[in-house]
Amino acid sequence: MTDAPVLEMRHIRKTFPGVVALDDVGFELRQGEVHILIGENGAGKSTLMKILSGAYQKSAGQIFLDGAEVEIKNPRHAQTLGVGIIYQEFNLIPHLSVGENIFLGREPQRLPGLINQRAIFQAAACVLSSLGVTLDPHRLVKELKVADQQMVEVAKALSLDARILIMDEPTAALTEHEITELFATIRRLKDKGVAIVYISHRMEELFEIGDRVTVLRDGRTVGTYAVRGMSKSELIRLMVNRKLTELFPKERATKGAEILRVEWLSTKGGLKDISFSLHKGEVLGIAGLLGAGRTELARAIFGLDKITSGTIYINGAPQRINSPRRAINSGIGFLTEDRKSQGLVLPLSVKENLCLASVDKFSNWGVMDTGEEQRAAGKYVKDLRIKTPGLDQKVVYLSGGNQQKVVLSKWLCCQSEVFIFDEPTRGVDVGAKAEIYGLMNQLTASGVAIIMISSEMLEVLGMSDRVLVMRAGRITGEFSAEEATQERILQCALEE
Amino acid sequence: MCPRGIALRQNFFSHYGRQLSTLAGLLGLSLVLWALTPHFLTVSNLLNVAEQATIIAIVAVGMTFVIITAGIDLSVGSVLAFAGVVMATALHRGLPLPVALMVGLGVGLLCGTVNGLLITVGRLPPFIATLGMMSVARGTALMFTEGRPISGFSENFRSLATGEILRVPTPVVIMVFVYAVAYFVLRRTKLGRYTYAIGGNEEAALLSGINVKLYKTMVYALAGMLSGLAAILLTARLNSAQPIAGMNYELDAIAATVIGGTSLLGGEGTVVGTLIGALIMAVLRNGLNLLGVSSFIQQIVIGSVIIAAVLIDMGLKRRGK
Repeated sequence: MTDAPVLEMRHIRKTFPGVVALDDVGFELRQGEVHILIGENGAGKSTLMKILSGAYQKSAGQIFLDGAEVEIKNPRHAQTLGVGIIYQEFNLIPHLSVGENIFLGREPQRLPGLINQRAIFQAAACVLSSLGVTLDPHRLVKELKVADQQMVEVAKALSLDARILIMDEPTAALTEHEITELFATIRRLKDKGVAIVYISHRMEELFEIGDRVTVLRDGRTVGTYAVRGMSKSELIRLMVNRKLTELFPKERATKGAEILRVEWLSTKGGLKDISFSLHKGEVLGIAGLLGAGRTELARAIFGLDKITSGTIYINGAPQRINSPRRAINSGIGFLTEDRKSQGLVLPLSVKENLCLASVDKFSNWGVMDTGEEQRAAGKYVKDLRIKTPGLDQKVVYLSGGNQQKVVLSKWLCCQSEVFIFDEPTRGVDVGAKAEIYGLMNQLTASGVAIIMISSEMLEVLGMSDRVLVMRAGRITGEFSAEEATQERILQCALEE
Repeated sequence: MCPRGIALRQNFFSHYGRQLSTLAGLLGLSLVLWALTPHFLTVSNLLNVAEQATIIAIVAVGMTFVIITAGIDLSVGSVLAFAGVVMATALHRGLPLPVALMVGLGVGLLCGTVNGLLITVGRLPPFIATLGMMSVARGTALMFTEGRPISGFSENFRSLATGEILRVPTPVVIMVFVYAVAYFVLRRTKLGRYTYAIGGNEEAALLSGINVKLYKTMVYALAGMLSGLAAILLTARLNSAQPIAGMNYELDAIAATVIGGTSLLGGEGTVVGTLIGALIMAVLRNGLNLLGVSSFIQQIVIGSVIIAAVLIDMGLKRRGK
C-alpha cells in the first residue's frame, strides 16, 4: 500500500439547469483503501461518482489519475481508464449466463461475429475464483440471489482491470451473512491494490470497512477524515451542520379533531406495524432516507398497495381502502412524487386534468356538464393563481410550479380533507416553493390535514407540526416541532 | 381567469389545427384528381366514394378509441366476418330483422369484450390479445360456414345498403350518424374523457380514482360492436356474408386513424381526423381506379401516402414545439 493518490478530483463543479449540484468539491483516493463517501440525500454523492464514471460531464474542475490529468468522456472511456462502478440497480441481462454477462460487449471471438463460448466461461471462472467466489459461470443471472448478482457486477468490473471501484449502497439489499461475505471480498480487493469508493448510509459499516471518510454537504466537501478516531455523533454533526437559511413561512393552524388514524398497518410492500394519527390543521412530516418506506406508506393509505394487516380510520370510522377511488371518496388526496409520470395526463388540458378525479361531479348519466366544469376549473385557476394562457392549455406546457398547482387543484376539487404530499417541492424553483408552502398554510388554516413526505431536512423542520421518522418500513421516531432537530431525525433514520 | 378571446383561440388551433392540415391534404388530393379526370368531381362519383369509405370508416371509429388509449385492435376484420356470418345465419333461420341485427352487433360486442378482458384482467398486451382474437374469430367464422358464403337476403335487409335517405345512400347516413355520436362521446362524456386520460397517462388516471380496467374494456367492446355494424352494412351491400370478409381491414382502419392524426402513443386523436383519413384512402383508391392505374401500383401509392402523411404530421408537431 502506498500513499500516492491514484485519483484526485479538484474543484469539481457541476450545474444542472437552475441548480448547482456540486461546487468546488475535492476528493482523493489512495491505492488499496476503502474510502467512504457520506452525506444526506441530495448532498451530491451520486453526482460526484457519476462524473467519475463518465455518466455526467463536469462543468468545471480537474480530475487526475496517477498524477496525469484526464477528461472522462463517457462511461466506456471511464472503463478503459480503470474506473468501475456498481450501481444499486444492477446492469445485468437476466436471461444471459454469469459468464456472458461478465464479458458482455467484448466477447472473445473465433471469427468476427462468432463468439467463443468456451473461452468466455474459462475466463469468467478465472475472474470469479480470483474474487474467492464459488459461482458457476453457466448459471443464468435471473436465478441468482441479489448478493451473487452483485458479485457478477464486481467480477465484471475487475475483468475490465478496474483499479478504482465505486460501490453505491452495496449492502442495501443484502442479508447480514451476505454482508459479511461482501466485506471479505472487499478486503481481498484491497489487498490486490484496488481502491474502493464506498457510498453508504449505514454508520456501522463505515466503521467496520472504511479507512477514510469524506463528508459532502449541500454539494460541497466538508472534509476528509481518518475513520479511526471518528465518532458517529461527530459524523452526523458534520453531515447536517448548517442553519435554517431558507425562509419557511410556516403558520401554525389550530389543531382540530383527529381525522386519520392508522393502527398496526403492514403491507406486502414492506411496511411493518405502522401506527400514527393525524389531526385537522396539522402538517405531519415524514422523514427518512431513500427506501425507508415513506412512499409505500402513502401508497398503502391511498389504496394502491395491498394491506396485509392493520386498520385505517377516517373520522373515527374504520375504512376498507382497497382502491384509489375508495381513498378519494374517503377524502384523501395524493400528490405523488413524480408529477409528470403519475400526477398529470400531460397531453390533456388544464381543465381536464383539474377535473379528472371528480368527473362524476360534473357529469349526469355519463354526459359532461362542460359549463360547470369550465366554471370550477376557472375558479381554481384564479384562486391558486395558476399561470396558464387558458383552461384549454395542455399541462405539458406549464412550468413545474404551475403543474404542481394543477395537481393540488385536482384534489381540492374532490373536497379532499387529507392531503398526502410526496416530495412536494422537488423540481420546482425557489419562488414556486415558497408559494407551495403558502398553499399548505392555506390548506391547514381551512382545516385540511397534511402528510408531507420529504427528503429535504429543512423542509421537514420548517413546515411540520410533528415529525415521524421511518427506517426499513417502520416508524423509528416521533418528534414535536419543538423537539425535532436535524441530528435527532438523522439519528433515527440511520440507527440500527 | 384569462380573457375568453384568448382561451377560445388557443382552443381553436389546438383542437382543429391538425384536422385542418389533414383536410387540406384531402382537398389537395381531390383537386389533383379533378384536374386529371373530370369525372372525379361529379355528385354521383363523390357519393360513390363516400359509400366505399363507409365500412372502413366505421371500423376506424372503434380503432380510434382503442388507439387513443394507447392500444391496438388487430381483430376488427375477423370479428366483422364472424359477426356477419352469424347474423346471416340468424336471418336465414327466419329471425326477425331487428333481432338479427342485434345478433350481429352482439357478436361484435362480445368479441370486443373478450379482447378487453384479456387486456385488462389477463394483462396481455393489446397486440397479442387481439392478434389471438383475429385468428380465433376468423377460424370460427370459417368453421361455422364450412368456408362457404351465406347469400341471398330480403329486400328489406338489403335496403340498409342500397336505400337512400333524402337522396343520400343509407350507409353514408349511418356513417355520419356514427361519427356524430363518436364525436359527442369523445368530447362530452365521461367515457371519452377517461379514454384520453388512460392513453395519456394510465398511472395518473389510476391515481385519479378512474376504474381503468372497466373503461378500457368498454373501449374494446365498442370497437367490436362497430365491427358488427360494419358487418351488417357489408353483408347488405354484397347480399352475402363471407367468412373471408374484412381481410386486412384492421390495417386500413389503423391507416385511416393514423393519417387522421391520432398518435399510436395514445392520449390524443379525433374522430374527425379519422373520417378525413378514411376519405383520403377512399378518394385515392377511387381516383387511381378512374385513372386506370393497376392495383399493384395502387398498393405502392397508398403505402407511400400513409408514410408521407405521418412524416408530415410528425414534422408539423415538432415544429409546433
